[in-house]
Amino acid sequence: MRTLTRLSTAPDDARANSPDSADQRPRQRNQGDAPLARETVAPQGSAGSARAHESAVKHVTGRAAYIDDLPVPRDCLHVALGLSPVAHGRLNRLELEKVKAAPGVVDVITLADVPGHTDIGPVFPGDPLFASDEISYVGQCLFAVAAESHHAARLAVKEAVIEIDERPASLDPVAAAERGEFVRPTHHHERGDWQRALDEASHVLEGEQFVGGQEHFYLEGQACLAQPTEDEGVMVYTSNQHPSETQKLVAEVLDIPFHAVTMEMRRMGGGFGGKETQASPWACIAALIARRTGRATKLRLPRAEDTRATGKRHPFHNRYRLGVDDQGVLTGGEITVIGDCGYSPDLSDAIVDRAMFHADNAYSLGAARVTGQRARTHTASNTAFRGFGGPQGMMIIEQAMDDIARHLGEDPLTIRQRNLYRATDPDGTPRDVTHYGQRVEQLGLLRDIVSQLEASSDYWARRREITAFNARSPIVKKGLALTPVKFGISFTVQHLNQAGALLLVYTDGSVMINHGGTEMGQGLHTKVCQVVARELGLDLERVRISATRTDKVPNTSPTAASSGADLNGQAARDAASKLRERLFDFAAAHFDRDAGGLDREAMRLEDGHLVAGIGEAERRISWGELIQAAYLGRISLSEKGFYATPLIHYDRATGRGRPFYYYAYGAAVAEVEVDTLSGEYRVSRADILHDVGDSLNPAIDIGQIEGAFIQGMGWLTSEELKWNDAGRLVTDGPATYKIPAFGDLPPTFNVELLQGHPNSQASIYRSKAVGEPPFMLAISVWSALRDALASLADYRVSPALDTPATPERVLMAAEALRARHEARTVGQEEPA
Amino acid sequence: MIDFYLNGRRQRCSDVTADTSILELLRTHLGQTGTKEGCASGDCGACTVAIGEPDAGGGELLYHSANACITPAHQLDGCHLVTVEGLASGERLHPAQAAMVDCHGSQCGFCTPGIVMSLFTLYEQQRRGGEEPPAPLTQERLEAALGGNLCRCTGYRPIRDAALCMNDYPAADPAWAEDPGLAGSVAWLRRPRSGEPAADGHYVAPQDLAALRALKAKRPAARLVAGGTDLWLETTQQLKSLEDLIDVRQVAELNAIEEVEAGWWIGAAVTLARLMPLLAEPYPAFEHLMHRFASSQIRHRATLGGNVANASPIGDTPPVLLALDARLRLDGPRGSRELPLADFFLDYKCTALAEDEFIAAIFLPRPDSATHLKVWKLSKRREDDISAVLGAFAWRLEDGVMRDVHLAFGGMAAIPRRAPAAEAALEGRTPDAEAFSAARKALAEELAPMTDVRGSGNYRRVAAGNLLERLRLMIAADGDPADNNSDNRDSATKVTLDAYAH
Repeated sequence: MRTLTRLSTAPDDARANSPDSADQRPRQRNQGDAPLARETVAPQGSAGSARAHESAVKHVTGRAAYIDDLPVPRDCLHVALGLSPVAHGRLNRLELEKVKAAPGVVDVITLADVPGHTDIGPVFPGDPLFASDEISYVGQCLFAVAAESHHAARLAVKEAVIEIDERPASLDPVAAAERGEFVRPTHHHERGDWQRALDEASHVLEGEQFVGGQEHFYLEGQACLAQPTEDEGVMVYTSNQHPSETQKLVAEVLDIPFHAVTMEMRRMGGGFGGKETQASPWACIAALIARRTGRATKLRLPRAEDTRATGKRHPFHNRYRLGVDDQGVLTGGEITVIGDCGYSPDLSDAIVDRAMFHADNAYSLGAARVTGQRARTHTASNTAFRGFGGPQGMMIIEQAMDDIARHLGEDPLTIRQRNLYRATDPDGTPRDVTHYGQRVEQLGLLRDIVSQLEASSDYWARRREITAFNARSPIVKKGLALTPVKFGISFTVQHLNQAGALLLVYTDGSVMINHGGTEMGQGLHTKVCQVVARELGLDLERVRISATRTDKVPNTSPTAASSGADLNGQAARDAASKLRERLFDFAAAHFDRDAGGLDREAMRLEDGHLVAGIGEAERRISWGELIQAAYLGRISLSEKGFYATPLIHYDRATGRGRPFYYYAYGAAVAEVEVDTLSGEYRVSRADILHDVGDSLNPAIDIGQIEGAFIQGMGWLTSEELKWNDAGRLVTDGPATYKIPAFGDLPPTFNVELLQGHPNSQASIYRSKAVGEPPFMLAISVWSALRDALASLADYRVSPALDTPATPERVLMAAEALRARHEARTVGQEEPA
Repeated sequence: MIDFYLNGRRQRCSDVTADTSILELLRTHLGQTGTKEGCASGDCGACTVAIGEPDAGGGELLYHSANACITPAHQLDGCHLVTVEGLASGERLHPAQAAMVDCHGSQCGFCTPGIVMSLFTLYEQQRRGGEEPPAPLTQERLEAALGGNLCRCTGYRPIRDAALCMNDYPAADPAWAEDPGLAGSVAWLRRPRSGEPAADGHYVAPQDLAALRALKAKRPAARLVAGGTDLWLETTQQLKSLEDLIDVRQVAELNAIEEVEAGWWIGAAVTLARLMPLLAEPYPAFEHLMHRFASSQIRHRATLGGNVANASPIGDTPPVLLALDARLRLDGPRGSRELPLADFFLDYKCTALAEDEFIAAIFLPRPDSATHLKVWKLSKRREDDISAVLGAFAWRLEDGVMRDVHLAFGGMAAIPRRAPAAEAALEGRTPDAEAFSAARKALAEELAPMTDVRGSGNYRRVAAGNLLERLRLMIAADGDPADNNSDNRDSATKVTLDAYAH
């Protein structure tokens, strides 16, 4: 007989937080020399409150386990990879006898040892698990060695004899595009007669830019652990944003059914897009070796190999040719974006699409054609990274806004405001439809966000101070810029916009929720637990997520496109509300049966109780009692949930549709000071106002916004990827690749969530996605740097500033401006 | 045998190879996986641990942070190692941990153990500083504490909040802190042992100069290790084995700082962290540079002798030492000799050091009242980065004329070196635009920097020339009596950003 757990009689709201939790200790703070951004809201439990990350205590105590921390059997094998030292060529000889004979080596595999599929391209073919004869980039995987220790495996790799007939590497995406070397066909969005708009415009401006790529630099490198199961399959623990896809690929590589492969993903030490498709090869290799040897197999990439072997944010070359009227309002024109995709398609079709979808950012382009090209080069296959091409696309229109302002002698903010999406022009022309045909909603919100921030950041007073300062200061120049963000939310591949969840209630009343999303630090599990707690009226501690597992929720989408909480939160809510209704049906009939049962109509779950009736007729039944009664009454205590985003559609053949369920908005003001003799600079202040609709968790959302801004700032300033002429990435670790450090945090950093604007679409509790949109707020830093530099030429020149705007690029831009300005000044004086 | 304390418990580890790092010892040998590997090169701080060493009296343990991934495990002998697993007492969090939770200071959590350990070290320093209330946590102090910890998720704001508020929490010591005998127990491990230094395999740590000389005579090919902050990359990044190591950290003579009339003899094994307070008074520009020398974790292990002997063209201290006419005392089984630092660097990574020699001490001359020093480092990132260009300029002004002009550069040649032609253009001249223009021209002709990952040759050339222009502007501003009080100076007349240069 099943024995029920004895229920605790303690009140349900006893919080199991640390004894030093926020409300039990003095709150007075030691104010430093910079303002503290905010005080957090006291914990309450359900959705909408600033609960700490579900793993916070585990993080700070070192108890949170990542892949490399998992206990492994004594005979676990460790894998090291043989990577191509050459960017392009033909593999003539791969001699591995000495590798096999090296101490501790148990297995060595190449492409010939793959029983099933050898191509693991996620969407389109092109990604061989191991290179066969064609070598396409430095860091491409040639073979794998499994040994008794990681060190032994790495040493053995060095014993390989590799002969490659080396050919010149194609590293310039513009040249590749000119030669027609693409990984996918070119695509256009077109709306209106853009050629005529250019012909008839009062001013036509042109510009181009190089936008650098970005290494993800997740602190936890790629890692997985595969264990053979008792049938033909494997159990794989992986640091991975897309376990379902990896499950599929592992099964196909091993040539076994999907149900023989299970993925478990508890947490990642950062993902940012870098573990969406690029976590799969390692899982496939580890699974292959685990099956071949019958032993647990761990594969963990050392930092330099991780950096060389995996793709990055796409570098882009962008061009614009745009017509404006005398007010600087866009009338139309064309924009071309060329994404440097690396050697294979990976996700580049959708990434360049997203760059095209965001080539307007928050501005109505008018009659426009946007062209996206996908250049093939001999580097690692560039991949998803927070923003997924959107940031690179936005950069070109933001450059155009600055350029228009300099051309007309206006402040860049004025030009930006004039061009924001709006209902119509004064002549009645609609200006609320994008170049791909989607109507932009919440126009008032976009305008509000910019004007509120304009006021709260004191933009115009600071503008005057800065102009006066720059006139007096010969060397140090200050710059200021406000840039908005409008970012489309949904996977642009429609079928990915679905999610599932599995809700389990145990007889002690504890709740387990599983869903298809993965936790990479963004607080998704915290938010989903908050959703379930809210639906079931429970304290958050009653709800737990074990891990993301493909045997709990099948056929899931990647945790990407900022969609984690939108999709999985809805699926969890669906499961919880179905279970709740079932419990209500049961309770209505079961309790107070003699009195005719409970009032089903007004029944609710709150504060750990089922509550029926109101006033004196109110009847409260504790959650535990309800669950035990339901169990004894043979009512199912588990439920699955599902969600598919409504309304969205996009016809790629015509380049028209509504690819996005809604847009998320934000705006930032950055102030910089630049030493124009050295190129050194710092961001002295940043003000951000960002739209998350009704926040699911303000603390987590603010954390996303701040982190995204700083990460975006790194992308545009100090994070420089450099390849040598032979195509070898020379910035392959933190010694040479510089992500922002503690001191790069602006001394004044004001971050606020926009209040009073719930999502106009019926998203989860009217919240908005937050993972990617704030990344692009950092474009304000780049624009502010250009603003400071423009002061060297009395704001009459819009300086070229490719990214990342390293001190070197800033200095060289300053030198060019000074030389040009001096030449012009001398030229003007000569006649006199 | 490595005999040490880990989170209050004695550990004796034998059969540890010479090239094992603390991180490897923790994760592989001891199964303590709270400390993470982010880069294995000392650049990210995810592996940060606190190392406690007994103070001079042996009554207290002083903690500093270190990167476990590149610190030799054998250097734990006689220390108390504190890791992230050792801070909470049962479920009671240490203030550094509780503040991180309450401020939402972790997202993915992978850098968090390292951040927590850097905060713990800061907390301990605050507490043991003896000041009541403790000295304020200025931005400079926060950067010193946290500049070596990369976080990719949070953007650091909540971590700054945690640092600023952790002292408001009620004290919550780790369980091991309640053992009053711990410091004594750790100190006891370091009791003087006579005779031959106890060698463990091929890792040997001599205690005095005589023993070091004897070892060098016997094993001339053995590599010397002090901080190991560069040497260890050979094993973690290049997989070279370091089988034969002589640890100079404990050699008494190499740890001495001897003050004489003309300046200071600084033992080669003196860490950069120990050196910094000494520099503050005579050479504030040098001291300021040290804040940007790698990270706190590195500065607590790396030594001045190591930075010189490494002979990297982009090391941070050699150009400064060249500008100051520093001298070296080399030592070895055949006796000791002195030579000017300028004669030490011969070619790329090639020095005047004979195979059996080592650097015993570096002589830093005392400045006279007319000596000026400016040191400017250019790098992609302000903190914890390697120079693209470093300029160190020393001169005296006599009757409005520049004398003893020393212009030394890093990143501009295969070795750190001076620019004699540019110096000659300024020597005996008033610091005017004409003289500096000649100096810039001479500099461009005598130094042809290379293009590499940190910058193009052209950038280096332009930037180095511009540093001379900055120097001119600064001398001009200093010479203007109306401007002499820098606090009152209009910020618009500044020619540098405060965060980068004084």
